[in-house]
Amino acid sequence: MIDILRSEWTKIRSVRSTVWTLTVTAVLMLGFSALLSAAANSTADGPIPGDQAIKSSLSGGMLASLSMATLGVLVISSEYRTGGIRTSLMAVPKRMSLLTGKIMAFVAVSMVVCAVAAAGAIGIGVAISRPPSIEMGEVARASIGSGLYLTACGLFGLGLGTLIRHTPGAIVAVIALILVLPTVANQLPGAWGRTVAAYFTTNAGSLVVSGQGNDSLGPWSGFAVYLAWVAAAVISGAVLMRRRDA
Amino acid sequence: MTAIRARNLSKRYGGTTAVADLSFDVEPGRVTGFLGPNGAGKSTTMRMILGLDRPSGGSVLVDGRPYHELSHPLRKVGALLDAKAVHGGRSAYDHLLAIAQSNGIPASRVNEVLETVGLREVAKRRVGGFSLGMSQRLGIAAALLGEPEILLFDEPVNGLDPDGILWIRTLMRTLAAEGRTVFVSSHLMSEMALTADHLIVIGKGSLIADTSVTEFIARSSQGYVRVRSPRLAEVAELIKVSERHPDHLRVTAMSTLEIGTITARAGIPLEELTCVRPSLEAAYMELTKDSLEFTS
Repeated sequence: MIDILRSEWTKIRSVRSTVWTLTVTAVLMLGFSALLSAAANSTADGPIPGDQAIKSSLSGGMLASLSMATLGVLVISSEYRTGGIRTSLMAVPKRMSLLTGKIMAFVAVSMVVCAVAAAGAIGIGVAISRPPSIEMGEVARASIGSGLYLTACGLFGLGLGTLIRHTPGAIVAVIALILVLPTVANQLPGAWGRTVAAYFTTNAGSLVVSGQGNDSLGPWSGFAVYLAWVAAAVISGAVLMRRRDA
Repeated sequence: MTAIRARNLSKRYGGTTAVADLSFDVEPGRVTGFLGPNGAGKSTTMRMILGLDRPSGGSVLVDGRPYHELSHPLRKVGALLDAKAVHGGRSAYDHLLAIAQSNGIPASRVNEVLETVGLREVAKRRVGGFSLGMSQRLGIAAALLGEPEILLFDEPVNGLDPDGILWIRTLMRTLAAEGRTVFVSSHLMSEMALTADHLIVIGKGSLIADTSVTEFIARSSQGYVRVRSPRLAEVAELIKVSERHPDHLRVTAMSTLEIGTITARAGIPLEELTCVRPSLEAAYMELTKDSLEFTS
């Protein structure tokens, strides 16, 4: 497996599109933090509380989740687009080993980049909004939470990319599932509608970033629900990958 | 041990049969040509050998095992399928490095194969800008990475200039001479005539011939003796003619010696007595004419 991981890491780092997508993710996180913190600063009457400062710092998360989801799609769909998947499968004919290697390499890269970007974003935000006090535990939790959430969004893309094998199709599907449909779900009427909305993909998953629960779920149970969505996509993709001709 | 062994291999896509009940062996130490018209099922067969496509029936073993059971397959089997099937954004070096790493092949091998195929100078360039000839060389470099005993090439000379064709031909002969198994598909009979020792010919997914190149020509029904004489009608009386033309006769049942002896005894002068051997190309056209997927 270590051979496959090294190979997948080489594939990720040696293509401009993946390096650029990671850069864009980091820039979005840092840029939005500076922008929104400065905005919060200028409109606030008094000093900004610490938790509010952290929240403004992470407002780039929404767009960052889209770029990470795109990266997740590209990790697999670019191989199907170019036909490189055949070269990969000739080298690693056990398809589940190849997919596992891709997932592990992606998770490692994404966790590091996203958690560091989130910590950096908080650093910038706090430097701008200067809250009277800030808990370092809360900073660590929010950084790791962002890393986990953004990585899960990327895995969602990777799963859908494996399932759909077509870059534009998979990107449309993942944007619908992490951005469009959760908003639509929020409009559902009644108690039943509220429950559906609370459990719907990123509505549940993003709780781990804010650290606050919604009506039905806490931060970690919400993230677990989101991981179940992601797992459904990855497992369906894996089943089809095993079965289909490359 | 037989390098590649296919038994009753078939592949159906929906209602279409791409490969039907195909059985053959590919042996080491020689170049085996895998020949058939376009659409005959050559690429499908190669993909099944490499575990990319799942057979609808039958089996194919590489070195006695299904491909997906080989632990570091590239150290056993190297293949060039579609030279353009690479990520254009990656450099030649990184492309080969990723492949090498996946099979625990040392990075130093990457530079060696780049040197072998003559791409050393462009190793750091993105492969998207490569010509077809350079892409073919890159694909061959990937196939050679693990110093495999078994090599598969799918239409390797397609789109190459004469230099490139000569280079590939020499490479394949060298690899076979080293005792490796070389299995190369082509729809160009003339190319196989120059490269292959043995032929596996398929048409419409079924085996047509599995024979040596010399036998393949000899077995063809196209050979005949052409006889011309100012007294053609008299000659025709004396020998077994299979085809009568206004200016010559074609004979398949008798040799030039037999015909020459008979006409000499009768005192008939001959203008021409030629044994017309079929070219490999003609033998191939004859054999595959019923199995062309598309005819113009």
